[in-house]
Amino acid sequence: MLLLDFVRYQQNLKGTKIGCREGDCGACTVLIGELDNGQVKYRSATSCLTPLGNVNNKHIVTVEGVNMDDLNPIQQAMCETNGTQCGFCTPGFIVSMAGFCLSDKEPTYKNAIASVDGNICRCTGYKSIERALEKITALLEDKPSDAAAFVTEKGILPAYFTDIPEKLKLLSEQPNGADLAKPNKLFIGGGTDLYVQQHEAMVYADIDFVGAKPELKGITQQGDICTIGGATTVSEFAASPIIRKYFSNIDQFTKLVSSTPIRNIATFAGNFVNASPIGDFSIFFLALNAILELTDGITKRNIPLRQFYKGYKQLDKKPEEYISKFWFTLPDEKTLFNFEKVSKRTHLDIASVNTAISLVMAGSIITDASVSAGGVGPTPAYLSMASEFLKGRVISEKLIIKATQIAQTEVSPISDARGTGQYKRLLLSQLIKGHFIKLFPDLEVKQLISVV
Amino acid sequence: MKNIDAKTHTRGESIYLDDIPLIQGTLFGCAFGSPVAHGIIKNLDLSEAEKVEGLVRILTYHDVTGENQIGGIVPDEPLLAEHHVDFCGMPVAFVVAETDEAARHAVKKIKVEIDPLPVITDPREAHKLGQLIVPPRTHVLGDAQSAWQQCEYIFEGQADSNGQEHLYIETQGAYAIPQENGALKVYSSTQSPRATQQASCKVIGVQMHQLEVDVIRLGGGFGGKEDQANAWAALCALAAHILKKPVKYSLDRMEDMRMTGKRHPYSSDFKIGLNKNYKILAYEVDFYQNAGAAADLSPAVLERTLFHCTNSYFIPNVKAVAYSCRTHLPPNTAFRGFGGPQGMFVIESAIAKAAQELGVQPSVIQKVNLNKTGDEFPYGQLAVSEADTCWDKAMDIYNIESVIKETNWFNKTNKLYKKGIAFMPICFGISFTNTMMNQGRALVHVYTDGSVSVSTGAIEMGQGVNTKMLQVASYVFGIRPELVKLQSTSTSRIANSSPSAASATADLNGKATYMACKAIAERMIKNAAEEMHVDEAAISLKDEQVLVNGEPSGMDWKKLVMSAFLKRVSLSEHAHYATPEIHYDKLKEKGHPFAYHVYGTAITQVTVDCLRGTYEIDAVKVVHDFGHSMNPLIDRGQIEGGIVQGIGWMTMEEVIYDKEGRLRSNALSTYKVPDIYSVPKVLDIDFLDTDKDNLAIFRSKAVGEPPLMYGIGTYFALRDAIKAFNPWAHMPFDAPMTPEKTLMALYSNPLPAGQEKNDETTSSLEVNSR
Repeated sequence: MLLLDFVRYQQNLKGTKIGCREGDCGACTVLIGELDNGQVKYRSATSCLTPLGNVNNKHIVTVEGVNMDDLNPIQQAMCETNGTQCGFCTPGFIVSMAGFCLSDKEPTYKNAIASVDGNICRCTGYKSIERALEKITALLEDKPSDAAAFVTEKGILPAYFTDIPEKLKLLSEQPNGADLAKPNKLFIGGGTDLYVQQHEAMVYADIDFVGAKPELKGITQQGDICTIGGATTVSEFAASPIIRKYFSNIDQFTKLVSSTPIRNIATFAGNFVNASPIGDFSIFFLALNAILELTDGITKRNIPLRQFYKGYKQLDKKPEEYISKFWFTLPDEKTLFNFEKVSKRTHLDIASVNTAISLVMAGSIITDASVSAGGVGPTPAYLSMASEFLKGRVISEKLIIKATQIAQTEVSPISDARGTGQYKRLLLSQLIKGHFIKLFPDLEVKQLISVV
Repeated sequence: MKNIDAKTHTRGESIYLDDIPLIQGTLFGCAFGSPVAHGIIKNLDLSEAEKVEGLVRILTYHDVTGENQIGGIVPDEPLLAEHHVDFCGMPVAFVVAETDEAARHAVKKIKVEIDPLPVITDPREAHKLGQLIVPPRTHVLGDAQSAWQQCEYIFEGQADSNGQEHLYIETQGAYAIPQENGALKVYSSTQSPRATQQASCKVIGVQMHQLEVDVIRLGGGFGGKEDQANAWAALCALAAHILKKPVKYSLDRMEDMRMTGKRHPYSSDFKIGLNKNYKILAYEVDFYQNAGAAADLSPAVLERTLFHCTNSYFIPNVKAVAYSCRTHLPPNTAFRGFGGPQGMFVIESAIAKAAQELGVQPSVIQKVNLNKTGDEFPYGQLAVSEADTCWDKAMDIYNIESVIKETNWFNKTNKLYKKGIAFMPICFGISFTNTMMNQGRALVHVYTDGSVSVSTGAIEMGQGVNTKMLQVASYVFGIRPELVKLQSTSTSRIANSSPSAASATADLNGKATYMACKAIAERMIKNAAEEMHVDEAAISLKDEQVLVNGEPSGMDWKKLVMSAFLKRVSLSEHAHYATPEIHYDKLKEKGHPFAYHVYGTAITQVTVDCLRGTYEIDAVKVVHDFGHSMNPLIDRGQIEGGIVQGIGWMTMEEVIYDKEGRLRSNALSTYKVPDIYSVPKVLDIDFLDTDKDNLAIFRSKAVGEPPLMYGIGTYFALRDAIKAFNPWAHMPFDAPMTPEKTLMALYSNPLPAGQEKNDETTSSLEVNSR
């Protein structure tokens, strides 16, 4: 059962709305709180894609849970700015905003906007919501690290939030049905793809909720190798000090991937296994030559991500195997990395084409190159010919144009709702040029993007 | 005054259709829609579906107890397919089960064999085959034919605009509950309770007094629930009538997107002629409207396209012909603007084309052709114009000269990014173009404790109409807003209402509310005058006090009410308002169809990423003719929301049907509407506050639809930026300007003259789907 249905139809909390059931509108947004060093850490999530099995022992906050006798200051701000019209999306926005107030992110206006990047409103045009967010940001000006204490003291959220850590501690630590043998089980990490694609089948499936298993989480560094647990979420990844140190643009990259509430629950293993030809992090880690560890719970084996995809939605993976972790070499000071993505809508959309590049430089010579691209074939693609071509050559505008031409020979994009094949081909070349323009600001842009 | 629903909205306590507490024994419905767009049903196999646990009944057209017909304007739309299917998603059967899951599960088990027939998705192809919904309509002013000779410049071209999914966040739905003696109560997410009531009654075969439609509010409508809410209500009502049990159906998003119609795509040919001073002397246009498989509201939408085919411009010689073409898409329907935006897009394209060929900015042509008070529209009405006032004020307060200078400098000094500017004047007529529909009703009760109940035919769907109604009552009675409650919209309290549409809801229902409140107030004042032995004319109501000659009389609101009650004065009133002055002769295509027009001008600035084909909208700056706004907070919200919806239509919102008539953009993952990051960085709105008399409620002009058309400016601003990068770009007039079209245009080569032809608007895909 999904958290959304539990909340609406079992608990009769009708404030949480159904808009799309695929994580694309945010009307069903809730907060999920879990214990983290004695404090409860809250993250927004779309309840329509969150299986009940993933929230065992967690605090779920719906819009009803932020209501006080009078309107709370978040609600007041939305009323005063006319940030609500038909009202159907409003509870989702209120919950996302409450999540912003409770989060350990800096209370900046930019972060306030980011907190509602998964919420779609069809009435207001968002400008009034922006004005509400300005007011809310102002309320949080001197928020200390213990957000829960601060927001309850200030009367922003109900007082009961301070009791939650104790309550969560009292709950059993045992995850749901973890020890049950399930012969035909399905592994679920975040569920953000499976519940969209196989909504009905999932109701009847035997599910092993691996998303909550601590042994599948975490990001560690040993030397120049970074290891990431399969059930690590994108938000956890982007917040990791290791990742932030080695990828200074990580916020720019992750902002292009889905929305805050989805990044909060979506896992890397899920992204890899879903095998979407445009899976953003499949593309990201293809360029970084990540190695996966697959396990059936007993035996383990390793496989490079570049060899994982065998055909459209076909994997080198047995049904009983799941990705326990993966690792890759962190970029050193000689390595340049970039990720590009274009979609119909820049944010919270699936790519028309995405691509990543990793270049090792010795002066102006490219000593190693890895280029990957999505949306241009049946699987997330490592562009081996273009990558090989770049190796050992001196960077120049002509070289880049030649590389785009070689890349064209190893892709086969189809026409679909995300664009015609012709468009995707042009876009791939443009984005490869984009990598170089970003990484080498001294290049002659004019030569690279002139009309033929 | 703030929206009266804001409090419950932000607390999650507002009630929408799916939130209504269920009555025990409620059954759940789900429609089985045709998997193919056109064909003859050979066999419908329900056997597997009937085995599903919890299944109660599967209804087909055989089970319809009344007439299997829900067409409003033209009776051409069966509720459930009989022998033919005419579009993908056309309801063929209605499954009723004990649970929502069982109903949806059973739908998947239904099998249908259909002999396919040719599928038409292109309106021009339908036109060639003579497939018209209604005979063509023609608007004529002057004599275009002979005017061409006086033209210095003549340009021709094609302009296409695609459809638009409403994407109300609350999907369609209905909940029908049997009452005693065969009566029914139907909760529906409808903009048109009367139409929903009428369609349901026709299908069941009962009279309208037997079936009440009650609407609390909608989670968005935008026109999508004006006519297309009827099918779901009729299905639930039919099932409830047959099974004698409550039946509910709340569509899931994909069902909603697949089964309901959208904004009409149009393909149009234009010919425009100008003199050497760029005055437009003649304009000819042929509109091919993609109506879909049934009439729905298409004939009325078609009509408004003609009414707005010259937008804000005076053109002395016009011939506009409009064809409503029958294709095999779901019946397209009302959407904010109602055909007006499609008409305006073509004249703006014609002007852009002329400007391009003449090597001038489009604004040069736009400005000299803005209409003036007294100018005649092609349909005979004379303009009371604010066009120049809005335009000039916008140029002035937004400092347009320096904006243009900065833009030119930016484009000169940047290669990767280019900026573009466009101006978009609008002129939109307010009233239903079908004169008969311009009537509104209100029922007002004053209770003996001084509280007031107001019922109207207006549907609250976020536009704030209930807040405005409350303001009217509170103003007339001189009482606090807290003393007034707006009731749900029920056909039992307000009969025969017009839909909440055409931007006219606040005007029609507000005037009726005003009349009802005024009548009660006058009766109470008469009674008070007798009691206090003063002249009626000396009495006024303010701050819950009865004033005599402006001074407190000692009698307050409560005493006023009680005194009237004790004297057996009626404290209730039902009022009816019919817009005066308007008339229209459809045979002559001349008349005075609109109570008034709304004007405005928008300046749009964009930046295009010339590497990636993506873009940002830097600013939309507007001067908008509000008349005298009765609620600036709500009206600003309507303008902002309308603009962003219009921008969506012109940029990222791409409705895609394949050649087989199947919707490929059938979910929120494939159909994108603006998110918070994609809206204009700056959105300035200047209130052109005029005190001219007009027929609006409290002189506060309607705001629902007009601002959507400012969004058209974004399309032309993007073209402007693309041209700054590639002056020879091949850019057919073909909205929306998606990042795909932008990139393709940036790197396109010009076509040889005479070879410009647009792709088909609705089915440009060679789909290899997976």
